[in-house]
Amino acid sequence: MPLGRGFTSAYLGFIVLLPLAAVLWRSTQGGADGFWNAVSSPAAVASLKLTFVASLIVVAINATAGTLIAWVLVRDSFRGKSIVNALIDLPFALPTIVAGLTLLALYGPRGPFGINVAYTRVAIVLALLFVTLPFVVRSVQPVLLELDQEMEEAAASLGARPWAIFRRIILPNLAPAILSGCALAFARSVGEFGSVVLISGNIPFKTEVASVHIFGQIESDDVSGAAAVSVVLLATSLVALIVFDAFRRWRFGHEG
Amino acid sequence: MRARLSLRAAALGYLALLLVFPLGMVFWRTFQHGLGPVWGAATAPDALHALWLTVLIALIAVPANTVFGVVCALVIVRGRFQGKTFLNALVDLPFALSPVVVGLSLYLVYARTGWLGGWLLGHGIAVIFALPGMILATIFVSLPFVVREVVPVLREIGTEQEQAAWTLGASPLAAFRRVTLPAIRWGITYGVVLTTARAIGEFGAVSVVSGNIAGRTETLTLHVQERFQSFDLTGAYTASVELALLALLTLLVMTVIRKEGPRVDSDSPGDEALR
Repeated sequence: MPLGRGFTSAYLGFIVLLPLAAVLWRSTQGGADGFWNAVSSPAAVASLKLTFVASLIVVAINATAGTLIAWVLVRDSFRGKSIVNALIDLPFALPTIVAGLTLLALYGPRGPFGINVAYTRVAIVLALLFVTLPFVVRSVQPVLLELDQEMEEAAASLGARPWAIFRRIILPNLAPAILSGCALAFARSVGEFGSVVLISGNIPFKTEVASVHIFGQIESDDVSGAAAVSVVLLATSLVALIVFDAFRRWRFGHEG
Repeated sequence: MRARLSLRAAALGYLALLLVFPLGMVFWRTFQHGLGPVWGAATAPDALHALWLTVLIALIAVPANTVFGVVCALVIVRGRFQGKTFLNALVDLPFALSPVVVGLSLYLVYARTGWLGGWLLGHGIAVIFALPGMILATIFVSLPFVVREVVPVLREIGTEQEQAAWTLGASPLAAFRRVTLPAIRWGITYGVVLTTARAIGEFGAVSVVSGNIAGRTETLTLHVQERFQSFDLTGAYTASVELALLALLTLLVMTVIRKEGPRVDSDSPGDEALR
């Protein structure tokens, strides 16, 4: 066992911890002023603001659409449901750059519906919706599956309307699962790169998200600036994971 | 009944607009001029090299993370030591990190001016803008999957059977190989499928450390972007279809495993979404 622990620590230390320490170290090389200047530069602020606002919109849509899809997959029955169920995982299996190209083919110039959102902020939200689709669905589905329907039947027999049953009985039971799915979707959205890079056009101050901004800084050799903005994303990821863990404990009532 | 139908229509409509139509569109765009141009694009030297490089990186990263994943899961489930919570959290971190930040972190360690890069270059080993960096980036982003699939299975089976094997005189290694390993094989398989999909599809982290040199450090995902930016849409769509077919194959394998293998609820962040 000590051997296994040593191997695990060495592997994680070498692959994950050492590189992340280098990011933290580099971001502090210019002192507090250098860090603050990099993070508060107009381009960095614009990209971070865009990233957070887009991610919040995406999370809100996911909370609704994801719960709806999970409900249909659990409570409804129709031909081809198992195919639809398998398809939910597509955004995870499909490389992000292909996802971006795919959306561009349909909602870009010369798309068949005549809708062209390429190089706009709508395109960013669309790409993020694609890659985060499974989070809430897969989080809510098992909870809904195990939810006892007797409570709903009791409420219905007492004259409650469907909407009241959903709001007062189903939703409170699903809330932890919805919220933990949202936390993960948020973390994923904030760091997303591949699916956004083709369809957003990466116009500074308009459609440049944080990860694209960092990528640009690395390419123009401003590595300290890139490290500083990375630390902001890193902190966001950590907070999202902690929030996720809190919801998970709430749901299972034990240590995960 | 009408409410049920309209909810179904809303859910399926959302999925069609977001997933099915775009994917169908790529297949249609790829093959709209027939098979000839597609074959030409798929067998171009740079495209073949990109495919080979993607496979090569997966062949190294996936076994590395599989061995690590099983050992790490054993340590998390069976070990009692200080810092276990920290270790547990550290394993999840790659799920939540931006791939560009992952790429930058490796760049800061292994570039010429990085912590180890200068020394390594002095000994003739290039990591950044070369294969080793791309492998490290892929290992980093696909690290949690096997751990997160094996941990819940290990927790479920407990140690009784293994202890029985010890009592009967089996060495710890034999007990692990003949008792524990067969019990966790579905968890490992599922984790390996997810790791492979992630390794093949990685873009951002590899993009930062590879330098994107066509025919040399270009994986299939990087090839998609490079062809697109050179206005070679057939090339970009063809590589995309290759990757999309691999993704559909992944979904198929996942579905089969879910049907065949025993069902154990996992508790990981990535897994919430990946199941």
